[in-house]
Amino acid sequence: MPGVISSWTIPAIGGAAASEEMLLAFDRRRAQRVLVCPAWFDEANKLRRFTVEVMRRLDAAGIDSLLPDLPGCNESTARLDDQTLEGWSKAMAAAGQSLGATHVLAIRAGALVAPAGLPGWHYAAQSGPKLLRGMIRARTIAAREAGIAETSDSLMTEGRTRGLMLGGWAIGPTMFAALESAEAALAPGLCDIAQSQVGGPGLWLRAEPDEDAGQADRLAALIVQSLGNSGS
Amino acid sequence: MTTSSNLDSHTAAGALDRELKGLIADVLGLDPVQASGFGPESGLFGHLPELDSMAVAGLLTEMEDRLGIVIEDDDVDGEMLETYGGLLAFARAKLEAR
Repeated sequence: MPGVISSWTIPAIGGAAASEEMLLAFDRRRAQRVLVCPAWFDEANKLRRFTVEVMRRLDAAGIDSLLPDLPGCNESTARLDDQTLEGWSKAMAAAGQSLGATHVLAIRAGALVAPAGLPGWHYAAQSGPKLLRGMIRARTIAAREAGIAETSDSLMTEGRTRGLMLGGWAIGPTMFAALESAEAALAPGLCDIAQSQVGGPGLWLRAEPDEDAGQADRLAALIVQSLGNSGS
Repeated sequence: MTTSSNLDSHTAAGALDRELKGLIADVLGLDPVQASGFGPESGLFGHLPELDSMAVAGLLTEMEDRLGIVIEDDDVDGEMLETYGGLLAFARAKLEAR
């Protein structure tokens, strides 16, 4: 049954209780199963439709795909400000394992938490420092409009020590500090897909969420072609 | 990173204008032809409801990437963001100071 909303369980890790998160699955028990690590925060909204459109195309091409929610996001019962980079990495690794993923497609900052053991693709990977820079800048601009004086430097210090609300997203101090130096690592078996290969402007740039069937076609085709070439 | 120093200033100014209009078209989802109609007085932040602080931040970050410049907190003011002409003048000054 394609396009089913389901759930997946994060096993109890390091004293934390097991928890359940939502999953969107195009799952027909086929040989190739792609775990999708979604974009984060504001970009998650802007890229959600595009992400699922790519999954529909993979489904049509005979490939399963599984899109788990990150703990603390969407319908999660976990608090967002409790989340850490390490925790999200472990969660995505657990999702890959429990769902029997054979590959990973990591989108934007999703590349920061893609399971290292899976082959696959980073699409337009976003680094932690760039992610923070954009969100901090949005906050200082909004503050200035409201007549409040805030500087990037003071916000960075606050983020490290107490955590920070950026664009409506509560980022805890541990997550914040980790993002300051987080870079997506391209493990063996993983390859980068740049936006220039997909063509057109990245949909995360758009002021409002949008879709682009041509871009979804091309990203899905690159993945299908890559899977065909690897012979797996 | 390549610089545009070899181009004569007229060509470079035209290239910057096109780059910046292309970028705004990307952010606003406009047809590039439509964006090419932007003039110096075309309103941006505060005039286009979809251009909120998050979208402006994305635009500035993309400008840094595409133009190879660094935009500091103090650079960002109402004048620079209010009109297309203000943004273009800012980008030109940043590139010249590089």
